[in-house]
Amino acid sequence: MNVSWVLAWRNIWRHRRRTWLTVGAMVFCNVLLVFLVSLQLGSYQMMIDGSLAAYTGHIQVQRRGYHDDQHIYQSVPAVMELASSLRSVPGVGEVAARAEAFALASSAQRSFGILLTGVQPGYEPAVSTFPGKVREGRYLQADDAREIVIGALLAQNLKAGVGDELTFIGSGRDGSFAAAVATVVGILDTGLEEVDRSMAQIPLGWFQQVFAMGDAGHSVVIRVPSLEQVGDTAAGLRAALAGRNELVVLDWERLMPGLRQAITSDMASAWFTYGVLVLLVAFSVLNTQLMSVLERTREFGVMLALGMRPAQLARLVGMETLMLAALGLGLGVAGGGLLAAYLSYAGFVYPGVEEMMARFMLGGRIYPQLSPVSLLAGPLTVFLGALLAALYPALRLFRLQPVAAMRAL
Amino acid sequence: MTLPLATLSTLAWRNLWRNHRRTLIMLIAIAIGVWAMIFTAALSRGMTEQMVRNGLQTLPGEVQVHHRDYRRDPSVANSMAPPAGALLEALDQPPVKAWAARVRVPAVISSERGSRSVTLLGVDPAAEQALGSLPETIIEGRSLDLADDTGIVIGASLARRLETGLGKRVVIMSQDPDNDVAERGVRVVGLYRARLQGDEDRFVYAGRSLVQEMLGIGDAVSEIALTADDYRGVEGWYPQIAAAAGPELEVLPWTELDTFLGSILAVQDGFTLVFMVVVFLALSFGLVNTLVMAVFERVREIGLMQALGMRPGLILGQVMLESLYLLCLGLLLGNLLAVATIMPLESGIDISRVAQGMEMMGMSTILYPALHRFDMLMSTAVVIILGLLASIAPAWRASRLDPVTALNRD
Repeated sequence: MNVSWVLAWRNIWRHRRRTWLTVGAMVFCNVLLVFLVSLQLGSYQMMIDGSLAAYTGHIQVQRRGYHDDQHIYQSVPAVMELASSLRSVPGVGEVAARAEAFALASSAQRSFGILLTGVQPGYEPAVSTFPGKVREGRYLQADDAREIVIGALLAQNLKAGVGDELTFIGSGRDGSFAAAVATVVGILDTGLEEVDRSMAQIPLGWFQQVFAMGDAGHSVVIRVPSLEQVGDTAAGLRAALAGRNELVVLDWERLMPGLRQAITSDMASAWFTYGVLVLLVAFSVLNTQLMSVLERTREFGVMLALGMRPAQLARLVGMETLMLAALGLGLGVAGGGLLAAYLSYAGFVYPGVEEMMARFMLGGRIYPQLSPVSLLAGPLTVFLGALLAALYPALRLFRLQPVAAMRAL
Repeated sequence: MTLPLATLSTLAWRNLWRNHRRTLIMLIAIAIGVWAMIFTAALSRGMTEQMVRNGLQTLPGEVQVHHRDYRRDPSVANSMAPPAGALLEALDQPPVKAWAARVRVPAVISSERGSRSVTLLGVDPAAEQALGSLPETIIEGRSLDLADDTGIVIGASLARRLETGLGKRVVIMSQDPDNDVAERGVRVVGLYRARLQGDEDRFVYAGRSLVQEMLGIGDAVSEIALTADDYRGVEGWYPQIAAAAGPELEVLPWTELDTFLGSILAVQDGFTLVFMVVVFLALSFGLVNTLVMAVFERVREIGLMQALGMRPGLILGQVMLESLYLLCLGLLLGNLLAVATIMPLESGIDISRVAQGMEMMGMSTILYPALHRFDMLMSTAVVIILGLLASIAPAWRASRLDPVTALNRD
């Protein structure tokens, strides 16, 4: 046993350059895979966190059907009380109630259609990053003040600034005419064009008065401490709301199906790339091992004649491949790990794709996420691919005839 | 001794097949690599082309003309007179294929059950038809007939959200130039289905005269959209429109109107090249290895040739030629494989499973791979250039062997 390992080790160093080139191919591929997978997982994490933290939250409780149709009358009764009671459900982090309506907002000079949201000024900043994006003025404070904060582009389009009055007109929950005048107290610059163009927020208490909502709202937004807890927390919420059939608990995959699908489609194209890389490296190993078997035909013939069994020779070739692959694995994981670890600290910039990234809530810098999966998944596949590639050369040994082999050139 | 090129290449070709197994394996590896390069390029090319086309259809047009302040402040106050004089002349002659003048204002649409904010488009149906900017599929009712049509056409999704439908009345509200609310009750005469649901919720189509009259702006329009069916070459032809429009109007190509769309092409070209280079690098280890082995096996032979007077340059050339043959064969196989796999897919790949994710990127649910000669040439260039670069080291070593030591190797 021991001797075989020594033999295998010596064999692979008979062609120093070839061995290093083969190991080099594996190391190159492994470093690349560790880097790409870490980058991919890191950017997914940032996409999800960024998109959900912005406004949507991890989970929402809504009236059944509201998510699809968004009719103002599909409301959640006693929404603030519901929000308070849900705070005691285990695992629930931050909770805030909201109501939404479309309205026509007019300043002294301009009118634009807006999406008006009624929020709880005390709780909203904990579930959304928008309140932190106040560029001018301040965020909402009292729950029933006649105040409004608006997106930066909307402010520009309306030619309105902090301190100006805005009139908004819409229809209330019962279809009645709803209109009010609000003072602009803050301007939000979220960096998302569509949001900045149409978003406006007023305190929920006042929203309920203006839009004849009574004590109702449209959603309770829940933010949990980490993404992994969403499933459990949603289950807990469903249990807590068991008696209330008119309400549904929607998790982020239901709220933003596009996000999961964007990730799925990106993953599909990424797997294709990885598959090609692994395949090419496997061919490289196949080539090396086949060569190393062919050039030793005479040697193997002698060994067979001396009484070694083909299976033992095949095992020898297998051990050589194992050593090559292990070298590739070790060096690749080390190199890729170091690179990804450094970048997860320093960040990584794709030049020229900032706009594409902004659409998925990514900042200019991506931080690769180094985890056991991102570190080992790629290199282990390469490792297995290399071992599989050595099957053909190893199996050839079983067909070797000692006498013919010894005479081979 | 000068060896004619023909002899040299015969030599290289025969050398290549002395170890046919090794050559075949390498050939397969190169072919797979090249196939992957072209296949990926075709898929992503298909994706970006579609994103750009869809984007141009929504925008619409490859170039738009606006009042100078309209884009900063898209209000009816910043509208302009319909094209006349030099601009009209420029619009009616090549390269412009079609153009349409439209009123485009933010508005609120209300039914008795709800209201939404939308973009109201006052259009001349005939001109928009030529531009290809009207919704393709009317699922209920009819499309707009003439610019003075009195009905409106809305998206099916918007109708559902407003709980309205064909033949029902809705109210559209917008703002006239004096900042008074202009509103009008209109009948829904058609429901359309757009490729992107977001568009269905956003765009409401009405006859241009109806909107002009409602807003009290005479015959003024907000934007002129035009196309020359040449979105890649837009930088070349749009300046002449800008010159004809004069300094009072802003004329911009689509790359500046929608910078996201504009960045797509450049980003895609960049990614395709990076992918090709990465695949090649993975391949290059095997290539160099093959050559190193080929030279190693022939050390004595090369020594003999040198002893007989073959100059190092010819030996270098011979190894390089061997590598070139291998690369060219691999390229040929890879390209054939790519054409064979992409052709059957050109009728479209159904990706509706991830439809909404695609929508975030401005795509629709069928992906049409696009095989471009440019991508095939790019992969060929990458493989040949980098391949020959990678071959220089082993070839150089072969040409620098010392004849005496080489001959004495066993």
